[in-house]
Formats: sequence, C-alpha cells, structure tokens
Amino acid sequence: MTTEPKKNPPLGRVIVITSGKGGVGKTTSSAAISAGLAKQGFKTVVIDFDVGLRNLDMTMGCERRVVFDFINVIQGDAKLKQALIKDKRVDTLFILPTSQTRDKDALTKEGVDKVLTELRAEFDYIICDSPAGIEHGAQMAMYFADEAVVVTNPEVSSVRDSDRVLGLLSSQTKRAETEGSDPIKAQVLITRYDETRVENGEMMTVEDVLEILAVPLLGVVPESKAILKASNVGTPVVLDGPSAAAQAYEDAVSRLTGKEVEMRIQGERRAGLFKRLFGRAS
Amino acid sequence: MSLFSFTRKKQPKSAQTAKDRLQILLAHERSSSGAAEADYLPMLQRDIVAAIRKYVPIGDTDVDVRMERGDQMSSLEINIDLPRIGKSKDS
Ligand SMILES: Nc1ncnc2c1ncn2[C@@H]1O[C@H](COP(=O)(O)OP(=O)(O)OP(=O)(O)O)[C@@H](O)[C@H]1O
Ligand SMILES: [Mg+2]
Repeated sequence: MTTEPKKNPPLGRVIVITSGKGGVGKTTSSAAISAGLAKQGFKTVVIDFDVGLRNLDMTMGCERRVVFDFINVIQGDAKLKQALIKDKRVDTLFILPTSQTRDKDALTKEGVDKVLTELRAEFDYIICDSPAGIEHGAQMAMYFADEAVVVTNPEVSSVRDSDRVLGLLSSQTKRAETEGSDPIKAQVLITRYDETRVENGEMMTVEDVLEILAVPLLGVVPESKAILKASNVGTPVVLDGPSAAAQAYEDAVSRLTGKEVEMRIQGERRAGLFKRLFGRAS
Repeated sequence: MSLFSFTRKKQPKSAQTAKDRLQILLAHERSSSGAAEADYLPMLQRDIVAAIRKYVPIGDTDVDVRMERGDQMSSLEINIDLPRIGKSKDS
C-alpha cells in the first residue's frame, strides 16, 4: 500500500509448494525456490501455511526475528507490512511466518484472499509453503494459486499422494471453480532422488514417476548432504555455497521463470538421456 | 588466498550451529515471557503510535516494531516513518 512500484508492475504470481505426504521437502523447496527467485532479482515473499508448527522461519534462519505472523494479519491484529520479515542476505526476499499457537482453522478463505491480494500488488512471486495432508490448511495454501509445484519423492506413498493433490489442484481451487480461467499450472519437483539406488533398481526412475503422474517436470533434486547442512545453519540451500542440490534448485527456479534449462541430474551424468527425454518439454 | 583456503580455520560445524540456534529459540519459547511477548508487542506498538501522534500526524503502519531474540539479551528495534512536507519519498 505504501510503496508504489517504481519499475514494471509486479508479476504477482502465487505458487503453492505442496505434496500431500509429509516430510518430502516442501519447506526445504519453498526456502530454496523463494531465495532463488529473489537472487534473480524478483521481489519474492515466502509464506508459511503450516499453522501451529512454524518451520519455515528456522529453515530461512529468521526464527529470532518473528514478531507478528500471518494469522495476526488475517485477524487484523497487525498490518501485513509489520509481519513481513526482510531477509538479511537477499534484499528482494521477504518471509511471512506463521503462528505457533493457533490452529489451521484460523486460516479463513477471506483472510487468505485479502493477504494474497495485497501481496500480489507488491511482489513478483508469492511462494506458499503448504502443510502436509489434504485438509483445510493444505487447501487454503493451494486455493488461490496460479501455479503449483508438487514435491514428490520417488517412493510409492509420495507418488500416490502427489496424484491426489494433483486431483485437488484441478478441482478444489479458485482457478478450477472460475469459469473461463486457465487451470493451475502444475509441475512435479522430484526431490531426494538417489541415483545410485535408481541404478540398483531400488528406487523408481524420473521417467517412472512422470509416466504415472503425467505432468511436466520442474526439476530433480538429488538426495544431498548440503540440505541438512543448510537447514542446520538456517540458510536456503541456494545461498549456502555450491552443491548439486543448490544447482538443481537454481535450474528449477529458472524454469519457473520461463527459461529453458537442460534437465540434468547431479551435474553432467546422464544429461544426454534427459535432454532427449525432457529437454524440449514444457 | 589459496594458501589460506587450505588452513581450515576453526569454523563451527553446522550441527553445533543447529544446536545453538535451537537452544536460544526454545529458551524463549518455553519461558513464560515468550508467551507474553506476543501480547505486549501489539500493545506497545499501539502506544507508540498514540504517543507520536500527539506531535506528528502518522498512520497506523508508520511505526514498525522489530525484535531480535538473543542468547543473553534481546533487542527491540522501532522504526518510525515520519511524514515529510511536500513530495513523499519511498525507501
Ligand atoms: N534433497 C534432500 N536431500 C536430503 N535431505 C532432504 C532433501 N530434501 C529434504 N530433506 C530433508 O527432509 C526432511 C523434511 O524436509 P522438509 O521439512 O522440507 O519437508 P516438508 O515436506 O516441508 O515436511 P512437512 O510435511 O512436515 O511440512 C528435512 O530433514 C530435510 O532436511
Ligand atoms: Mg514443511
């Protein structure tokens, strides 16, 4: 409300990071993707929809600076501007933490709509870190989205839950309910991909997962020690020095912004195969 | 430059950083003052707005209260946007 956009009007795109299954890497991905977008110069905010648990602040490393939260804003106890925490590393990055004391019912559709509308007028990208499950909290996180990143591990229950979430995205969202509007653009982000186990036949391949889910691939993030290290120190992995995981997230971010980037897994290995399979996709 | 990169400084291991961060955070969350914090900050903000308004016309969002919780002490940062005469300027 206070700052007029000086350059171009902001893109105002809402992207939900969702999965159904818990613990697959939604918060890790939300942190990495938002930091990656901000690093590319996009004004980005990442919102924690996991009301009651609040993990995003720790992953982003701003847990000691939380004063007001998303629920305070929805309930009118604080203004949005007061609740946004400005990242200390990238100046186009902001965090909207969630409440630890309320429950998910505090997320009302009207409240979420109001906050997102205000954010759309100021930010290029609004990244919504969804809670696990397919209940109210997850539905609120996806309802107003323009795009979805479905985080999936190459493992049966994760793929199954991703399929359910894809169903919800195409039926229980504003875009699905509004006649004449384009459906949510959903893409799969495969995380915790372990190439050695895939080669041993212990883990499904990227092709297997895509064949089942039948949606475009945003990227493949390898199982990586860099992720635990980054979360230990409270730094999104893309801001924490070079690693295969950081590279994978950077590539995914570029694809989100519409750039064509060759699909690669852990550096150059098998690039040929993936180029042939997915290079021209999307 | 390259010489120094070999002499690994006693850079803290990330697991230790994780533990330190958790200890500080949880100390705040567990203490009763941690719960009370959430209550007094909005009120403090309202009072500051009211006090400034006695002298300068400011809006509800022109006072920004920020907190940084520390190990030994926490710091409170209060930013007040005062209106300027004439053309308003963005930060
Ligand atoms: N590519 C990866 N390599 C190794 N570990 C990972 C990777 N991605 C995520 N993890 C680890 O998996 C765990 C769960 O990740 P995260 O919290 O991001 O999942 P989530 O989907 O947000 O969970 P929840 O459903 O509880 O919100 C964390 O310990 C994280 O460090
Ligand atoms: Mg999470």
